[in-house]
Amino acid sequence: MKIHEYQAKEILKKYGVPVQDGVAITNMSEFDNAIYTLQARGAHQYVVKSQIHAGGRGKGKVYSKDNRDELVQEGGVKFSPTVEKAREYAQKILGNLLITHQTGPEGKLVQTLFITEGLDYVKELYLGILLDRTIGKNVIMASTEGGVEIEKVAAETPEKIIKEWIDPAIGFQTFQARRLAFALGLEGEVFKSFIYFINQLYKAYEDTDASLVEINPMVITNDNRVVALDAKITLDDNSMFRHKDYAQLRDINEEDPLEVQASTYDLNYIKLDGNVGCMVNGAGLAMATMDIIKLAGGEPANFLDVGGGASKDTVEKGFQIILSDKNVKAILVNIFGGIVRCDRVAGGIIEAAKNINIDIPVVVRLEGTNAIEAQKMLDESGLNLISAKGFKEAAEKITAALKSS
Amino acid sequence: MSILANNQTRLMVQGITGSEGSFHTKQMIAYGTNVVAGVTPAKGGTKFEDSIPIFNTCAEAVKATGANTSVVFVPPAFALDAIIEAADSGVKLIVCITEGLPTRDMIKVKNYLDMVNSKGGNVRMIGPNCPGIISPGQCKIGIMPAMIHKQGKVGVISRSGTLTYEAVAQLTALGLGQSTCIGIGGDPIIGTQFIDAMRLFNEDKNTEAVVMIGEIGGNAEETCAEYVKKYVKKPVIGFIAGKTAPPGRRMGHAGAIIAGGKGTAVEKINAMRSAGIFVAESPADIGITVKQALDKLKKKKAAAQNKNAKKVITKKPVKKVTLKKTKKTTPKKKTIKRTTGRKKR
Repeated sequence: MKIHEYQAKEILKKYGVPVQDGVAITNMSEFDNAIYTLQARGAHQYVVKSQIHAGGRGKGKVYSKDNRDELVQEGGVKFSPTVEKAREYAQKILGNLLITHQTGPEGKLVQTLFITEGLDYVKELYLGILLDRTIGKNVIMASTEGGVEIEKVAAETPEKIIKEWIDPAIGFQTFQARRLAFALGLEGEVFKSFIYFINQLYKAYEDTDASLVEINPMVITNDNRVVALDAKITLDDNSMFRHKDYAQLRDINEEDPLEVQASTYDLNYIKLDGNVGCMVNGAGLAMATMDIIKLAGGEPANFLDVGGGASKDTVEKGFQIILSDKNVKAILVNIFGGIVRCDRVAGGIIEAAKNINIDIPVVVRLEGTNAIEAQKMLDESGLNLISAKGFKEAAEKITAALKSS
Repeated sequence: MSILANNQTRLMVQGITGSEGSFHTKQMIAYGTNVVAGVTPAKGGTKFEDSIPIFNTCAEAVKATGANTSVVFVPPAFALDAIIEAADSGVKLIVCITEGLPTRDMIKVKNYLDMVNSKGGNVRMIGPNCPGIISPGQCKIGIMPAMIHKQGKVGVISRSGTLTYEAVAQLTALGLGQSTCIGIGGDPIIGTQFIDAMRLFNEDKNTEAVVMIGEIGGNAEETCAEYVKKYVKKPVIGFIAGKTAPPGRRMGHAGAIIAGGKGTAVEKINAMRSAGIFVAESPADIGITVKQALDKLKKKKAAAQNKNAKKVITKKPVKKVTLKKTKKTTPKKKTIKRTTGRKKR
């Protein structure tokens, strides 16, 4: 699960990691209070930061919510030495669309701003903690090249990324922190501050079951403090059972409305831009079905794993969600009945089809237990369903359906 | 013959009294798997279906029944504990079906199992988040539908569940049976990787060809392809799911994600092709690609036999001719293969 910068900093603060101070607002009426709070804590210059679940905010562009062609402002993160200028930036960004290289052309509506203190710094560094899948251990990555995309550094100057792997049996050790500090060229007070910073950061990563903690940049301020200027945390969805408080960190405004709706039905749905919807049991088969749609000349409109059950209810909800996407011109249902009996799934499809008005071609392929009976049921249902035998035939029938539509 | 699961398997079921555990235990017994014990804490002394003894701990179950393999059906919050308990009890194989283990827990499991093995232990884990392992005609450990399988000589390794069933059904429909099918699981950290399973199939005399079904995320397919290139003479057939998956999104499986531009289907397919693996473009063609690879192998073998026969029968003059022939024809064949493989990239 992705969370916002202000939420990530809130978590890090609890672990004693020094972070750039700030106050989150969702309405301009809260702006003055945010400024007063920051001033009371000693701030004299400010940064207005868009809170969206995508990177590249600083270099992004803000467009009017009402007119997507109207450029309101360059940059979704703005520094200002005065309150007045900061207010102007905030007014321009809040409620408008921010488009970055990660949001796609549709951009994201900025519904929260993080108003922060402005820091003067001498150095920007990079810190990231994540799982190294190849060896099954966590790895800390550090680089002197802070403030730029780490993927770019990795591609162009990989030698500038330093790595420390953590032995799960003994945890992160201070000598590793020292190695990182030396490699980053830190000295004196800053060296000491960094050792504390990275130790607490790793502790936060472990305790919170994060799958990614990224501080880009971590800055050395003019007065020699080590501070997280930005913070990104992704939490492991599988760990939610031991972090009941994480549910409130979810921002459904950041998700596609159809995906939010699907998640309330326990359906694993991801919206895409294509013209052929699909409904499949199992994630691997669902991906393979998307791939075969493409090979058949279509573009997948979604990923949808209805899970092992594939009952009348899940099938009906699945159809509803796929059909809410107006780009969809045909649907491919691909169910491999193992423990699930295909005749039951067919019954579910027939019932669901009766309840919803499906006005586009639906190709149904049922394989496995009782597939023959299931096909017969579909053929005799009188519904406008095209039954297919085998994966290949299903793809061919989708191609035909697209051509005739 | 088969790998890891066979008629010597003595299976212990952890979580045998839960709904998933009990349903699939009945299915496994019906298939002929030798289920010798169940483990549910505080239900020790009772019996499952009036026949299989249930124990409070894995250690008791192993001591009393000689169980050598365990299958884990307990919920994700308790899976870490269950897996370590199984390893501690001395079983050689642990198959974890449970989906949804936190990564932090799997790091601990992997580390613990590596430590046990480095101290001379011998324990392997399959999964988590997997359908299990089946050696058709001998033993089924997991949740896969038994009837689609057929005893034979093709090994199957896959990160997926239903996509594996799809591939297996295609094989069976073409009359190609399987030696063993392993679902290695869809999580970022798993007990048995492609390369581990590939090694076992490579050493298994009864496995003639191996199918590997991968998907986006990580680089385990690439690592296995390297191994195949160096050590595997048997035909290897591959498929990668997720060519159309968008980057940065988790496609159902916790491990199926293109992160920072890495782990794409194209990268994997290229690595597999350059290792000489026959890659099926369409998921509908996995079975037929295996058949073609095996037919090719048969022809090659037959041709080699013919040559050998000629060598034995004929003497000097003909021998020269065959020598010339082999000199000319074999490299030609090889270059043709390589170029076609490269062109496709």
